[in-house]
Parts: sequence; structure tokens; C-alpha cells
Amino acid sequence: MKLLVLESSGLVASVALMEEEKMIGEYTVNFKKTHSQTLLPMVDELVKNIGIDLKELDGIAISNGPGSFTGLRIGSATAKGLAQALNIPIVPVSTLEALAANLFGTKGIICPMMDARRNQVYTGLYGYEGSRLITYEKPDALPVTEILEKINQNGESVIFLGDGVPVYKNQIEEMVKVPFRYAPPHLNRQRAGAVGTLAVQYFQEGKMESARDHKPDYLRKSQAERELLEKQKAGQV
Amino acid sequence: MMEIEKKQDVIILAIESSCDETAAAVVRNGREVLSNIISSQIELHKLFGGVVPEIASRKHIEKINQVIDEALSEAKMTLDDIDAIAVTYGPGLVGALLVGVAQAKALAFASGKPLVGVHHIEGHISANYIEHKDLEPPFLCLVASGGHSHLVMVKDYGHYEIIGRTRDDAAGEAFDKVARAIGLGYPGGPKIDRLSKEGNPHAIEFPRARIADAPDDFSFSGLKSAVLNYLNHCEMKGTEVNKADVAASFQEAVIDVLTTHSMEVANRYGVKKFAIAGGVASNSSLRTRMAQACQNNKIEFFYPSPVLCTDNAAMIGAAGYYDYMRGIRDGWDLNAIPNLKIGTRNEIGR
Repeated sequence: MKLLVLESSGLVASVALMEEEKMIGEYTVNFKKTHSQTLLPMVDELVKNIGIDLKELDGIAISNGPGSFTGLRIGSATAKGLAQALNIPIVPVSTLEALAANLFGTKGIICPMMDARRNQVYTGLYGYEGSRLITYEKPDALPVTEILEKINQNGESVIFLGDGVPVYKNQIEEMVKVPFRYAPPHLNRQRAGAVGTLAVQYFQEGKMESARDHKPDYLRKSQAERELLEKQKAGQV
Repeated sequence: MMEIEKKQDVIILAIESSCDETAAAVVRNGREVLSNIISSQIELHKLFGGVVPEIASRKHIEKINQVIDEALSEAKMTLDDIDAIAVTYGPGLVGALLVGVAQAKALAFASGKPLVGVHHIEGHISANYIEHKDLEPPFLCLVASGGHSHLVMVKDYGHYEIIGRTRDDAAGEAFDKVARAIGLGYPGGPKIDRLSKEGNPHAIEFPRARIADAPDDFSFSGLKSAVLNYLNHCEMKGTEVNKADVAASFQEAVIDVLTTHSMEVANRYGVKKFAIAGGVASNSSLRTRMAQACQNNKIEFFYPSPVLCTDNAAMIGAAGYYDYMRGIRDGWDLNAIPNLKIGTRNEIGR
């Protein structure tokens, strides 16, 4: 069983090819260039280097959000086009869960945080029980102070990762009362390999969807919808 | 004129997602539409009084596979029967464009088909090739829509020169804004067109702007302001507004400007053929007046049926066919370009 994996939820563009328990290749770039120009050429490069025929693929795995709306859609539309042409399913994986999976086997709490602007982060709390990734707090868009309070209440030591960390470093260091660490550079951003590891498991469990039905999980409504809802609540519409 | 070899049929699958329509089409030899599927989001955007880019982008993602599947099945084809995939890569809303571009690239990559990026306005112009099988360049074309107002000289397939353009609002944008001001709602074009039939086009004399140093350019923001001022004035004086008269007089001013400019340019350049394209080209009064003006000036007049005037993928298939035949191919790094200029890639094999 072979899966092509796409990750473009943030600044990182990353692609990987998984064959069950084996990662055949991974290509990750963390540099400011639009995913529209990099993602498919990276897939092309990886496929050429490995010499795989795309027809051998059993599914397309995608880091499904949260993240940059545009980044998610570039990944999603790429996955949908590939899956449609190859007539194979899409395996969606939570971006935050995949980030947490970078830190396999960590004792204590794993807190991935992605900058969601407007003083919020996309975040959740995770941990490992043996080899199994456990979700303590589901992915959500929260004020950074709220997730830090939850970490303090929980009381266990925590390791932070994600592109929200450099943005909210001061707040983390001021607020967090439990022992904490930061993940090192080779583990602290999105990687298609981690998405792929979870995707292989999901594929085997039958957790997949059709190319037609697939869409990103933004975790947030558009600004226009939020404003309309607020107006409706205030009885202005 | 370019010689196009026709050894066998060329089938293009075309994708369009530059604004609020998710569309796919299958077109044979640039002129014959085998399918033309359009999923419109208008009802959704009506809630907000106009197109919300983020919502448009999200809807494109949800609909695009279904629309492509339907286009193929209605044409009784599979991806194997397709010779190339064409996609709008600009101008338009960047987030919306990116969905179609990423999808088209992935489809082409995975099916081993050539990819052709198409200019949205060149698509609008090419809608005329579908409607009129005998139309060939050179001709002058007025492209007027919610986002664009251009007078374009089509010198040959793929060779365009912009003669005039709007300096501010697009014609369709002015229709939307005036429609909103008189309470007709979005989209304004068809609503004003309908209401105008009950009004007097000469009831109110709204200004016709002309730009001093660029007489072929358009300006519609002054006209829009004049309508808004008129409405304010009526409100302050407590006089009742005849909406049909306002709609008809506004529309008359827009049509007058579009017609006058078009005929002036056509005569100056000595063109024998004139076409209209874009959403505003489906306005019934504009069609009638342009037909009359062309007849008076002994110019042959071309216009697409309404379904080919508003955004659709068949027109992208038509333009994409001529680009494909000229040898244009795009790479897997093709990006969406929201402000893409018209006719900027006459060179073959970018």
C-alpha cells in the first residue's frame, strides 16, 4: 500500500511517499515561496527520484488543517486533482495531530501551536500512551492565554512546537508555570512524513474519503460569515 | 494569419474558478462545446451583497471535482480522451483562481496531459468563436463585466492589443453599485436591465465621462456618484424616486458611452468586425444598441448567447485551444496571477 502525502498548511511545503511502515522519500522546504509554485514541482521531483509510477498509489494523504486558508486549499485542490485523475481516495489527517506525531513517545504533554493571527493560535494538547497518540484537547482556534492556562491547570510538563511558538514566546515564558521545552528545528514544523505515518494507520482503519467529498477543516469561519453571525446575534439583520 | 493544422480533433478539458462560478467544460477544436457545467454561488453571496473572496474559494473546493466529473460524463468522455487541460490563471480573485489552478495542474500531472494556462479575458473574447463558427481575427472586441471594461483589438489568435480600458469602476461594477443603491440587490446587471424596460431612459440626464488625455478609456465612477447624488437629493427634498426611470437613465448613460467609444475606435482603425463579451454583453439594451450602431457604420456585429457571456469554462476551452495550437504549455509551477495583463504571452513556450 502506497500513499503520496502533501503538507502545505503553513509556511512549510512538504511531500512524502509512504509504503506501509516505510517512508520511501520525504522532501521538505521551509522557505517563503508560494506553495502554488513549489508543491507540485516537489511531488514531481520526488516521484522522479524514486521512479514510481503514479498508478501504483493507493491514496493521497493530506494535512487537512487547521492552517493558512490558502495553503490548505492549495494542498487540498492538489490532492483532489491527483485523487480524481488516479481514481483513489484521500486520507485526511489533522495538521495539529501530525505536528504532535513529530514528537513520538514524548513523556508529558505535547502542545503544537500555529499562529492563527488576531492573537489566537490553532492548538490542541496531545500525549503518548505507549505508541498511541492521545488527544487531550481537540484542535481549536484559541487565544494563546487560554491554552497556556489549560497547560498550567493540567500540571504536567509540556513541549511546544509549531510556527506559533516564536510569535508567542514571550507569553509562554511569562505564563507557563510547569516545566516546558521547545522542540528542535528538525522536529518543530510540519512534516509530510509525520502526516504520512498517521495516514497509513488511518488508511488501514478505513478512515478516508472520496476526492469529491474532501475539503479542508479550517476550524474557523470566514471573516464575512463571522461578522454576519455577530450582526444576527445582535438582532441587526 | 496563423495557419492552424487540423490533422485530427483536439479535445480540451477547461476549468474556470476566477470569481464565484465553479465551471468545467469539454470543447472540441476550440469551437464545439461538448459540455459546459457551471455551479453558481450567487445565492450564497447575495447574503453579503457581493462576492466574498474567502467564501468563493471555499465553495470552489467543495464543488470542483463534481463539476469536472459532470463535464466529462456529459461529453461522454474520460480523462483518457482529453488532449490538454486548460485553466484560468488570471486575472481574478487570487484564492479562487488558486483552486482551479492547483486542481488543473494535479489532474494534468497525474494523467500525463499538457497544461495550458488561460487568460480570463481572452476566454471571454473567445466565447465569440464558439457562438460564431466563421468568426476569425482581426476584430475589435468590447469586454464588459463585473470586473473588467476593455476595448481590445484581436489582431490574430492569441495576439491582443488593449485600445481602451476603465480608469476606475468596471461597467458591471457600476451596475451592481447602482442596483444596491436603489434596493434591487445583487447581482445588479440583470435586475437593472429588467427594470429599465419600464422606465424612461431620458428622464434624468446623467453625465457621460470622457478622459481628456485618453479618449478611448472609460470612467464609470463619476456616473455612479451622480446617481447616488441624485438619490440623496431626492431624499432630502422628500420627492419620490422613480426607480425604473433611474435604472433606465443610468443604463442609457453606460450604453451610450460603451457604444460611442466602440464605434469611434472601430472607425478609426477601420475594422470590419466588432464583438462584445463578458457579463454586461448579455444586457438586452446594449445588444440592441450595438447592433444598430454596427449596422449604421457597416460593421459586422458578433455577440455570444447569455450563457457564454457570464463566467464559464467553455470560453476557456476555446481560448485554451488556440493557445495549445500555438504551442503554449505551462509547467507544474504555474501560479495564479490576480492582475494578469492581457496578451502578455505572445511568445511561445514560456
